[in-house]
Amino acid sequence: MAIRERLSGNEAVAYAIRQINPDVMPAFPITPSTEIPQYVANDMANGKIDTEFIHVESEHSAMSAAIGAAAAGARVVTATSSCGMALMWEELYVAASDRLPVVLALVNRALSGPININADHSDSMGARDSGWIQIYAESNQEVYDNFLQAYPIAEHEAVRLPVMICQDGFITSHGVENILLLEDEKVREFVGEYCPAHYLLNADEPMAVGPYAVSAYYMETKRAQREAMIRAKRVILETAERFARLTGRKYGFFEEYRLEDADYAIVIIGSAAGTCKAAVDEIRSATGKKVGLLKIRVFRPFPEEELAMALRDKKAVAVLDRSEMFAAAGGPLGAEVRAALYSVKSRTEFVNYFYGLGGRDITVEDFKEVYRKLEELSKTHEVRDMYAYIGLRE
Amino acid sequence: MRNEAINEKSPWQNITEGNQIYEPATSRRFCTGEWRTSTPVYKKDKCRQCLLCVPVCPDSSIPVREGRRQEFDYDHCKGCGICEKVCPFGAIEMKEGK
Ligand code: SF4
Ligand code: SF4
Repeated sequence: MAIRERLSGNEAVAYAIRQINPDVMPAFPITPSTEIPQYVANDMANGKIDTEFIHVESEHSAMSAAIGAAAAGARVVTATSSCGMALMWEELYVAASDRLPVVLALVNRALSGPININADHSDSMGARDSGWIQIYAESNQEVYDNFLQAYPIAEHEAVRLPVMICQDGFITSHGVENILLLEDEKVREFVGEYCPAHYLLNADEPMAVGPYAVSAYYMETKRAQREAMIRAKRVILETAERFARLTGRKYGFFEEYRLEDADYAIVIIGSAAGTCKAAVDEIRSATGKKVGLLKIRVFRPFPEEELAMALRDKKAVAVLDRSEMFAAAGGPLGAEVRAALYSVKSRTEFVNYFYGLGGRDITVEDFKEVYRKLEELSKTHEVRDMYAYIGLRE
Repeated sequence: MRNEAINEKSPWQNITEGNQIYEPATSRRFCTGEWRTSTPVYKKDKCRQCLLCVPVCPDSSIPVREGRRQEFDYDHCKGCGICEKVCPFGAIEMKEGK
């Protein structure tokens, strides 16, 4: 029997961490993820878990300590947001290329500047090339469920890559929702013991981690790293299947919401998907127009083929980006979805929007307007603004 | 896969996870001496065995046996010339080339 509770997204992650009882947590506070190490520290002080907390002087050190502990053979967790993750930048790449299954609870927040503490995806989208698996959530329930699946994916022998479990700052991290929790024993059984094949503290097998790789080795190393990311796709789905058997809650690379028969589709990541679903329901019941939503859960590895197949036959698709990449063109999600559609020679109309930067609200009405414009576009075949904004004063 | 099986001809499929090396002291097999463009020459007759050169060598390439320095370890000496600068008795001279 699942446990019914009301938790914020940060509380849900801390709850999962207590249930998993990882070996080491190096962390440095930054809004809006600060509560996660704070709650975990409480659980340590109250003797509920025996995780070793490392007090570090920066996020650069937090990720460095995470790498060291993971190389030693420990199961490691850390949490951060925004500029905190920007300060980890160098180590993010090292954790991935050293193939260390660190799990990072990322509470998405806009990067400076201007300084801003609210939700957007500029932090994790900036790290999209770092080699981390990235899994995003719409709700607190999804954050909790994703976090429980993180270690089985990261530590799987076919993968061995770090995983970032992302949620939208304040919107889910501080918003309290009803949630279904698993019993501690079930979580421990699902996540399992961590038994790495090689680790630095193994006295029977001296080893070196992270050696210099000259140009004769670097490219082969990167290709091997890519293979792990390719294999992660299968492991992510297998883990989700195992999770569904345990909880009845089903996950994939993305969620298709009333998408199958839809003519007009929105593609989005994160909490705003909930608002979009409300718009889909209202439009469908008021007008019968076939509108739908594709909500990305796994952005790395990028489910290129699956996504393209789900969208290829739509009349028009709008991809909504919650981060800039200053290409003087679109956003990162828009660019990748568009490329995926090209790979299947889709003739669907396409537009890319920016929304929600630095915590700007997006409403049901905003989504209805996007669907209205998609319908218009499917008739006129005239893209007036390929990279438009939602909620911008102009 | 043991590391000795990996070399500059190995396909990517044979590279260990994260380039990990599963045995100790393998740096001995990495001949940094190949990088040398100038070479220290040991003038044994001028050497007073003061051993000042030994600890300053960044590559531990001046072996000592029974309190006396030996010939350079040319497999690992990179030819930086620090030992020549340090030797008070002119017992080390740098020459061009390997
Ligand atoms: S510093 Fe010069 S004299 Fe002293 S041990 Fe070395 S080579 Fe000999
Ligand atoms: S030249 Fe440099 S590397 Fe070679 S023995 Fe002297 S100090 Fe060591």
